[in-house]
Amino acid sequence: MIRVCAVGEIPEGEAVRVESGPDGVPVAVFNVGGSYYAIDDTCSHQDASLAEGYVEEEDCAVECPLHATCFDLRTGQPGGPPARVPVRTHTVVIENGDVHVALSQATAQVA
Amino acid sequence: MTTEQTAGTMHVVAVVGTGLAGLSSARALRELGFTGRIVLIGDEKHDPYDRPPLSKAFLAGEWDPAKIALGLPTDAGLDLDWRLGERAVGLRPEGAGWVVELEHGEGVPADGVVIATGARARKLPGQVLAGVHTLRTLDDALALKAELVPGARLVIVGGGFIGAEIASTAVTLGIDTTVVEMAPALLAGPLGDAAGAAMARIHEAHGVKVLTGVGVSGLTGESGRVAGVSLADGQSLLADVVVVGIGSVPNTEWLAGTGLTGPEGDLAGGVLTEEDGRTALPGVVATGDCTATHHPFAGRVTRQEHWTHAAQHPAQAVAVLIGAPAPVVAPAMRVPYVWSEQYGKHFQFAGHHQPGDEAELVDGDLDDLTDPAFTVVYRREGEPVGVFGVGRPKVFGRWRRELAKRLS
Ligand SMILES: Cc1cc2nc3c(=O)[nH]c(=O)nc-3n(C[C@H](O)[C@H](O)[C@H](O)COP(=O)(O)OP(=O)(O)OC[C@H]3O[C@@H](n4cnc5c(N)ncnc54)[C@H](O)[C@@H]3O)c2cc1C
Ligand code: FES
Repeated sequence: MIRVCAVGEIPEGEAVRVESGPDGVPVAVFNVGGSYYAIDDTCSHQDASLAEGYVEEEDCAVECPLHATCFDLRTGQPGGPPARVPVRTHTVVIENGDVHVALSQATAQVA
Repeated sequence: MTTEQTAGTMHVVAVVGTGLAGLSSARALRELGFTGRIVLIGDEKHDPYDRPPLSKAFLAGEWDPAKIALGLPTDAGLDLDWRLGERAVGLRPEGAGWVVELEHGEGVPADGVVIATGARARKLPGQVLAGVHTLRTLDDALALKAELVPGARLVIVGGGFIGAEIASTAVTLGIDTTVVEMAPALLAGPLGDAAGAAMARIHEAHGVKVLTGVGVSGLTGESGRVAGVSLADGQSLLADVVVVGIGSVPNTEWLAGTGLTGPEGDLAGGVLTEEDGRTALPGVVATGDCTATHHPFAGRVTRQEHWTHAAQHPAQAVAVLIGAPAPVVAPAMRVPYVWSEQYGKHFQFAGHHQPGDEAELVDGDLDDLTDPAFTVVYRREGEPVGVFGVGRPKVFGRWRRELAKRLS
């Protein structure tokens, strides 16, 4: 598990990027209305950081800052082109007032 | 065309044009459950590829042709009948359906037709000298790339998105780069004078010479090769390579005599369609860069020559064709959208801008040239109609949704 930050450090509708995972893949952690979600930070289409994208709280989704595919934060599924491949989702664990991420064992897919 | 007429009678669909809109149409047909035959007719011999990188990473030499392929491993399962390297020259009715006439005399019979022939680069009249390029196709990009060698003097005629992107790529490659734009600012058409002037300053900070408010009167040559560009104000520029980036012309000539029309009557302004891609002919829909449709923010018929439209709209058009329910598009995604990349920065535009709109800087600083980040909102009669953002995807996303509220 990777410790991300203390609960409350990510404002609602915002995200942080955690640079280091054991496989070197950066992860983005989102706060949507007090619930936390973690997905691969790099868009499955090209090289963009999803943590920098606009968070659509109503749909629990993030819009890629580059070509604007929306990814569902719960499933990692893209809502439309250009991305066609889902990003991985990771498990968020809140423990002792801290936000942690347990990385998915699935291999990251690249488009 | 009614759903009752089309459902059940579609056995063969011909998709004409194998760019993004053509390929997206074929994929959408299968996704919507069409099990008949799909024939894809395209005059380029290449498998479908992505055009945006042609002025960016591909031109820079960072990406190879494999990286710009649009095909996906899953496309193999779509059972598509490819006719690459074949040009459609006519469309005529036969029985209850259509025949797409090919250049070499063959006719492809189809119950439904998707027109997705895109557009080509507009050229200067009499553009024949070696060293003068336009950029639309993979072959164009390869030819231009071969001439962008260190020490070359490049003049780009036209400061729209393509001209600006080529300038960014070329100057980064160490090429002596000049952009000539007739309007008072770079990108003034799509972005307005203030944001356009800010874009010009960004280019100048990277070493591009930007000449605005002056037209090109002609090209000069030596032994059949370009040597210079003459400007309307009497100046002349030395040039080893010239790129003409003055817009595009829809590929609609092959539809002459079909009864299809464009926004101003003839087809030169694109195939006129309803918002869902329906045309004046039954069993024929059109999508992508070759179309002209009512634009919700322009308030009139325009062409939407952008990637997201060519990727998203085909599903709407083929749904009409086969009488399937159209896939739902989230309101924010219905706001016309274009992106650009220059100097490693992301530029995003949504909605529409026309002269007379009021441009307001809502965030950031138009004068920060080292790390440009700003958002400009365009208003017409007080109502927001467009947003342009540089390096500010969150603010941009919020405004794009604000614009979406205006779509009923
Ligand atoms: C250099 C460049 C950079 C771009 N960058 C961006 C960007 O950053 N962001 C953005 O939003 N958009 C960008 N665009 C625009 C985007 O690429 C287009 O909107 C998109 O390609 C349109 O797809 P289309 O399938 O409608 O048309 P096209 O891509 O033009 O495809 C049409 C195909 O049909 C073929 N065809 C034409 N006539 C016939 C015929 N009679 N018979 C058979 N085949 C025919 C053509 O040869 C072509 O292969 C860029 C375009 C270019 C050229
Ligand atoms: S990089 Fe995310 S949609 Fe293209």
